[in-house]
Amino acid sequence: MLDSAQEVLQLQSRGDATAVEIATSAIDKIEATQESINAFTHVDRELVLSAAEAVDQKRRDGQPLGPLAGVPVAVKDVLCTRDMPTTCSSNMLRNFRPPYDASVVAKLRESDAIIVGKTNMDEFAMGASTETSAFGNTRNPWDLSRTPGGSSGGATACVAAGTVPLSLGTDTGGSIRQPAGFCGVTGLKPTYGRVSRYGLVAFASSLDQVGPIGWSVQDVALLLQCIAGYEPRDSTSLNHEVPDYQAALQSSDLRGMKIGVLHEALDVDGVDESVRAAVLSSIEVFQEAGAEIIEINLPHSKYWVPTYYVIAPSEASSNLSRYDGAHYGHRAKQLDPEKAESLGPLVATYCQSRAEGFGAEVKRRIMVGTYALSEGYADQYYNQALKARRLIKGDYDAAFSQVDLLLGPVSPTPAFPLSEKIDDPLQMYLCDLFTVGANLAGIPAISLPAGKDAAGLPLAIQLQAPALEETRLLFAGAAYQAMTDFHKLRPDTFRS
Amino acid sequence: MTLSDGYPTETIIGLEVHVQLKTQTKLFCSCSTRFGAPPNTQVCPVCLGLPGALPVMNEHAIDLAIRAGLAIDCSIPPMTKWDRKQYFYPDLPKGYQISQFDLPICADGFLDISNEADLETPRRIGIIRAHLEEDAGKSMHDEAAGRKDSRIDLNRCGTPLLEIVSHPDLRSATEAKEYLNELKLRMTHLGISDCEMQEGSLRVDANVNLHIDVDGKKIATPIAEIKNMNSFRAVEHAIEHEVDRQYDVWEETGKTIKDEAKTTRGWDDAKGKTFLQREKEESADYRYFPDPDLLPIRIPQERVNEAKANLGEMPAKLCERLQTQYGIKLYDANVIVNQGSELIKYFETAATRSGDGKRTSSWIQQDVMRTLNENEVSIEEFTVSAEQLGDLLRRVSGGDLDNARARDVFSHLLKTSDSVEEAVKHLGIASVDSSEIEVLCRELLDANPQVIDDVKSGKQQAVGALIGQAKKKNANANPKQVRETLLRLIEQS
Repeated sequence: MLDSAQEVLQLQSRGDATAVEIATSAIDKIEATQESINAFTHVDRELVLSAAEAVDQKRRDGQPLGPLAGVPVAVKDVLCTRDMPTTCSSNMLRNFRPPYDASVVAKLRESDAIIVGKTNMDEFAMGASTETSAFGNTRNPWDLSRTPGGSSGGATACVAAGTVPLSLGTDTGGSIRQPAGFCGVTGLKPTYGRVSRYGLVAFASSLDQVGPIGWSVQDVALLLQCIAGYEPRDSTSLNHEVPDYQAALQSSDLRGMKIGVLHEALDVDGVDESVRAAVLSSIEVFQEAGAEIIEINLPHSKYWVPTYYVIAPSEASSNLSRYDGAHYGHRAKQLDPEKAESLGPLVATYCQSRAEGFGAEVKRRIMVGTYALSEGYADQYYNQALKARRLIKGDYDAAFSQVDLLLGPVSPTPAFPLSEKIDDPLQMYLCDLFTVGANLAGIPAISLPAGKDAAGLPLAIQLQAPALEETRLLFAGAAYQAMTDFHKLRPDTFRS
Repeated sequence: MTLSDGYPTETIIGLEVHVQLKTQTKLFCSCSTRFGAPPNTQVCPVCLGLPGALPVMNEHAIDLAIRAGLAIDCSIPPMTKWDRKQYFYPDLPKGYQISQFDLPICADGFLDISNEADLETPRRIGIIRAHLEEDAGKSMHDEAAGRKDSRIDLNRCGTPLLEIVSHPDLRSATEAKEYLNELKLRMTHLGISDCEMQEGSLRVDANVNLHIDVDGKKIATPIAEIKNMNSFRAVEHAIEHEVDRQYDVWEETGKTIKDEAKTTRGWDDAKGKTFLQREKEESADYRYFPDPDLLPIRIPQERVNEAKANLGEMPAKLCERLQTQYGIKLYDANVIVNQGSELIKYFETAATRSGDGKRTSSWIQQDVMRTLNENEVSIEEFTVSAEQLGDLLRRVSGGDLDNARARDVFSHLLKTSDSVEEAVKHLGIASVDSSEIEVLCRELLDANPQVIDDVKSGKQQAVGALIGQAKKKNANANPKQVRETLLRLIEQS
């Protein structure tokens, strides 16, 4: 029952289960899988049960209930919660408790969802394997020797492991879609500005976006409905009406829809044969549903990763300046006397607090970004990347003048073994090959389960749509899921 | 300028002035900007730079910046944006300051100041740019309390500032002060800023060096930026001191601008000296880049036009008008204009009503302003209305009241809500009948016959003593009337 939010809602409305019973089974499952999967950084049983009890009470009193009443939802630990720590899986914020809820968290509460806990992630969302977490890596429920992907690895693994039907992740360069693909679940990155970033701890502000994760497109649409919308506290949030996403899911008739296929993406070196095959066979499904398939090229796609790995670290180097040990977060307890002498106590405190508080990948990106923004280098790197970003966006505009959606892979390979890439940052960055384009262009994209490879690992496809066309993604995604059963596959850990 | 015993020298000064915009709330959050609150009580997640908090621009600050720009003849570009200026300091909780780098909200302006050499032609001081930025907090290093800790007050963090950067067009400490006076006058007059240096709502950094003319060859001394000056007088003194210091150092070492990078110097008011703060401008790299949390600001021409239409009179123009319209002197017009728009309104209403601008101006500068200062109230809160003052002074000018009695009425008006007429009645200041005055005057002349002789022999002022006596006998006797009657009676005798 914990693999469908719709079912959880029905169980309660039929009186077959209470929110407390559902929350209890979610927590039990979280505790049972925590040692093997390590999807969570924080769970507070009492807090969860009292929230569930409040929903049950509301139901007993006949009060109106929110659209996610009693549905357990996990929240990535990069989203601020006033009653739980918000660590970003970093030692820097190990003990940080924000005095406020992120906008999306507040919306979950208003929807009467039960926030079960905070999920593990790559430190400050920097990584593609959840191995840079200061709380240990998360494991993939399909194969415990493999990564769940990242950075929202905890958020997708907790769904795949059957602990909760829904979770919130964030996606800066693929951090929802890639782990969703690795874990065989559905994950959507909305249009930049569709969901408020207030209370999302910034990694790269012009790319970050919060999005829903669940097994099915229906569940993802349900969660998106709750979190989407304009919010004045986020200046970059878009003041556009939120459509009824559920209404888009009624039909699986794709006649008249033009889907562009990114064939060039399939021919790039390093793309696994199983990934290629999954995309090619999905083409047949979409054709069968009535869609017209057109081959599309995005000429500047080879610049996606280099552009992303200048812009994202540049913004990160600035966003992470605030963690200096002065006001909150980790502060070095004992200064190295030599450094205190040579640098002075203030600079020594900064240096040592940051050296101790941040992990290697975060430091690497801060250094890359600092360099890219430095006088004399900014024109070569940061400003050049901004120009490339405009060209990349232009490619998408041109493509969407011909087609309604773009179809392609999510990542070059299925889930890779833990430790395989952690010491090879370049290989790790190449995981983002097909996902960063949507972030650079600010458009929505969805990752859909697309079967299993020979080793039994989930495969996935990605659909991308023009800005604010989430409805189109959900519509095509629902049609795909109506014709396939890939989103109904479950790992063994799910049942155990 | 020529130093008496040295080479001819020209002083080159450029000023960077920060004015705090008079908004109710901060630049990017809704915290109050009130001065003097207990430390860290006017803060929120946004101005504390907590993770996940996001800035939202205060539109009123944009309006004030446009106003300020227009007041110093800047152009307002159709598009401006926010950039992050990055450096680490404990009073800067985000690790960057939201500022404006390459597209400031105001550019290419000027300010005219009076010119000692030629009173007819003002000196035009160029303004390079004026940009918006958020203020940092305050660090307090309280060593006196025996603690090594520094304390940080973040109340000021996020307060809107406009940094106005002049060209190096100023040529003396006096001109620098003139420039600051004129700038402050405009900013306060237009309601843009309070410009209180003591409260930090106006801060000045001065870039100073010398061009020394050595037998026709111009030699420039190294530039020093002077900071920590907390009054206009301090700015003037600091520049004067710096000019002498730079000349002396040049004589001693021969070092020119090519030999030494810009230094930063503090001003010690007590010692009357500038002192070295930073040896050379650390090659600070602020790594500016556009703030991705904020959208670029589009300022349509209509908004600028509207601001222009609502700008009101510039102080200099206003002074001119007050002089011609009310017949007051430039000095008096300046004093009134310096007090801000409410007092100007008060003056104009009272002067129109009294029909005597000079008298109104002097009463406002003396009685009214003294009372305001003593009671620490603003002109808006003042209990004597401009209409009442006008009515009162009309009677004085018309000869119905002398100044002393008028002051009694004024005091009465301060304490009551009476009209001038009621006050006059209440104080028993009835106009004394002319026959009554005549009787009084005859009595006085009978008692003091020598006054008649004195006046007849040309000493008209001799009646003065009798006027005083008349007042003693009848407090309401109008001195003017008494004087006229006495002179008439003497002539007739």
